[in-house]
Amino acid sequence: MSGRRPPGRARSTGEKATIVYGILGVLLVLIVMQLWLLTATTNAWLGGDDSVVIPAALASVACLGLNAGLLFYLFRLE
Amino acid sequence: MTERSPRTPDGRPAAEQPRWRRDFPIDVEEDAYVARRDFAKYLVLVSGAFASGQVWLLVRSLLRRSAPPGPPRLVASVDDVPPGGALSFRYPTEHDPCLLIRRHDGAFVAYGSQCTHLMCAVIPDVAAGQLRCPCHNGSFDLATGQPTAGPPRRRLPRIDLDVRDGGIYATRVRLEAE
Repeated sequence: MSGRRPPGRARSTGEKATIVYGILGVLLVLIVMQLWLLTATTNAWLGGDDSVVIPAALASVACLGLNAGLLFYLFRLE
Repeated sequence: MTERSPRTPDGRPAAEQPRWRRDFPIDVEEDAYVARRDFAKYLVLVSGAFASGQVWLLVRSLLRRSAPPGPPRLVASVDDVPPGGALSFRYPTEHDPCLLIRRHDGAFVAYGSQCTHLMCAVIPDVAAGQLRCPCHNGSFDLATGQPTAGPPRRRLPRIDLDVRDGGIYATRVRLEAE
């Protein structure tokens, strides 16, 4: 494929910027989801409903893991 | 048509840039890349803050579940509250204001007295069978504590009462709906 980066050639700043934009999009979606999770869980918890607290915490920590993984990938581009 | 330079803000070649910019050149593309990468770093920090909040809720929830119910506390004697009257008290801690209300049929009910919207003090209107919040015109049903109007969406915490030997004892706080 002609658009493919030859092995050994470093990515240009423009290519890296495109990757950063893609990663930023994913990060923003995950963070908005975490914000919604925290709001909904707090509301349920204050109303005495404890059943959602554990799954919500697991989901939020999973989102954090994904975000940290994407950031790690971003720094490996250097 | 000349090709735009990604390294200058206006895309013109370096030779056409003003003198001051040639003396202090900035690689605009590199600068934008680094700025966005740093923004991604702060987004992950925000994500960590949200996850910490969620874990804090989990810890609070586990503590609440494992905490034993406190001993019954004498709130008032039956004669202290006439039908249609109310009395404020604090339960289970000194930071939890509550209302003991005697309905016109003689039955006692007690609720946390902070509105579940923004924690304003609710005012009992026993004749209308309501607890009203004056801050945003919220109201709660006197019999169940469920919100009936205004911005509150959660019921008032209900205090279980035990009436014995002429005394009214608070025994437990119920947050969940029955």
